Amino acid sequence: MLRYFKPVIFLACLAPLGRLAWKGFHGLLGANPIEVITHSTGDWTLTFLLITLSITPLRKLTRQYWLIGLRRMFGLFAFFYGCLHLTTYVWLDKFFDVHEMLADIAKRRFITAGLTAFALMVPLALTSTKGWIRRLGGKRWQALHRLIYFSAAAGVIHYYWLVKADKTKPLEYAAVLAVLLGYRVVAWLMDRTHSKAPSASAPIKER
Amino acid sequence: MLIKKAADIASSEITPRSLYLNRRKFLAGLALTGAAAATGLRFRGLFEPEIVAHAGNKIDGIKKSAFSSTETITPFKDVSNYNNYYEFSTDKYEPASLARNFRTRPWAVTIDGLVDKKQKLDLDTILKMAPPEERIYRHRCVEGWSIVVPWVGFSLSELIKRVSPQSKAKFVEFTTILDMQQMPGQRGHVLDWPYIEGLRMDEAMHPLTLLCFGMYGEDLPNQDGAPLRIVVPWKYGFKSAKAIMRIRFTDKQPDNTWHQSAPNEYGFYSNVNPNVDHPRWSQKKERRLGEFLKRDTLIFNGYGDQVASLYSGMDLKKNF
Repeated sequence: MLRYFKPVIFLACLAPLGRLAWKGFHGLLGANPIEVITHSTGDWTLTFLLITLSITPLRKLTRQYWLIGLRRMFGLFAFFYGCLHLTTYVWLDKFFDVHEMLADIAKRRFITAGLTAFALMVPLALTSTKGWIRRLGGKRWQALHRLIYFSAAAGVIHYYWLVKADKTKPLEYAAVLAVLLGYRVVAWLMDRTHSKAPSASAPIKER
Repeated sequence: MLIKKAADIASSEITPRSLYLNRRKFLAGLALTGAAAATGLRFRGLFEPEIVAHAGNKIDGIKKSAFSSTETITPFKDVSNYNNYYEFSTDKYEPASLARNFRTRPWAVTIDGLVDKKQKLDLDTILKMAPPEERIYRHRCVEGWSIVVPWVGFSLSELIKRVSPQSKAKFVEFTTILDMQQMPGQRGHVLDWPYIEGLRMDEAMHPLTLLCFGMYGEDLPNQDGAPLRIVVPWKYGFKSAKAIMRIRFTDKQPDNTWHQSAPNEYGFYSNVNPNVDHPRWSQKKERRLGEFLKRDTLIFNGYGDQVASLYSGMDLKKNF
């Protein structure tokens, strides 16, 4: 199944970029194209982070364990769109003015949050290969990759802090993230009660 | 240890392999559909509103003005399709289509407060107060983008003079129409409606301050503040109230909507000033629509020669 799906999904993941390029080429990005590019790449970074985080709950709840085969690709697409988003800031917004950017990072908390979100993705992208999983060992690799929780949270905070008055969209992202992280907390709590006192699990069920 | 052997499952109860696989496929399909639908919502942008170009009626007898800038005028299509008009939508590309059927006639403006001639002025009476002038102004948004617009109107002072404000009147307050039926954005609570803006009396009387009803030689498009708006070119765009239906004269500084919304971010004066940053972003530079590189923002949006004297002796960092 995955064999047929994966290339299709890969291309679908590139569609947002293709659409931006196509519209840009045809002058259809509106009055402020750079703003559209900035917002679009940022939106898709968050979207792919949330898609990546939804794989585990989705595969467990639906017992479609093969979905794990897509997770790395989605995670790397989050990083890919994050790179594009950061590039628009460094190039099209600040024009490589290092002094201005450093001032921004220190003074503007939404920039600090956004950069944190990106920085946390870097080690995950670098250690996404099979070789690195082997080198680190499954446990340690998994522990490291929990950084995605913090990256996604920082990304949503970044969005929340930058909007002027209408918090609807950042709150939508926050709600989805809360569900995805909430699932993990619940799963962890249930796991703990089960593994801690296996003999006591039966009476608990009867209550 | 005794391990009980599980009771055998009758072979009749075992799901045939083919059915089992079907169910698996079904569930997989279901999960994928759900995930795809959720992601698909993000693709709504593919069907974004088309560019709307509303050619209004031509305004006759427009005079040129010495106040006009000689800079390149921003295309009409951009000024009429990229609008911060929260009464319609917080998405800048939506007011163009959402305001299409906004009714601008009949329209009257209530003049009240500390004024001798309290009255309700019909729009057509107002438009005849003075000959229309074309004023090509720079317009700088607090968000960091700017445009150059050939507005049509006349100095607000022409109206103010005719309604005789009392000497106690120190400020002028403008109120945008409140009409949830026509303005979908007012059904939400992003800002406290109706939209309020205000100027100090000397700012309102300054010849640059425009009572505006047109642009590009035509009637003002609805999404740009029709039928009547204020344009104050040396202040951030939000100071220039749109679709006004009340002008009130007062002795107290009006509490303008954006100031109410975030007092530490948006002041009453809100003069364009590259030296006073917005708490969350820099105001040093701006993106002129249509240009690739950012340009430096000028103090008072480049109108310092005309208006700086209004603020002499004032701490512009404190009175941002």
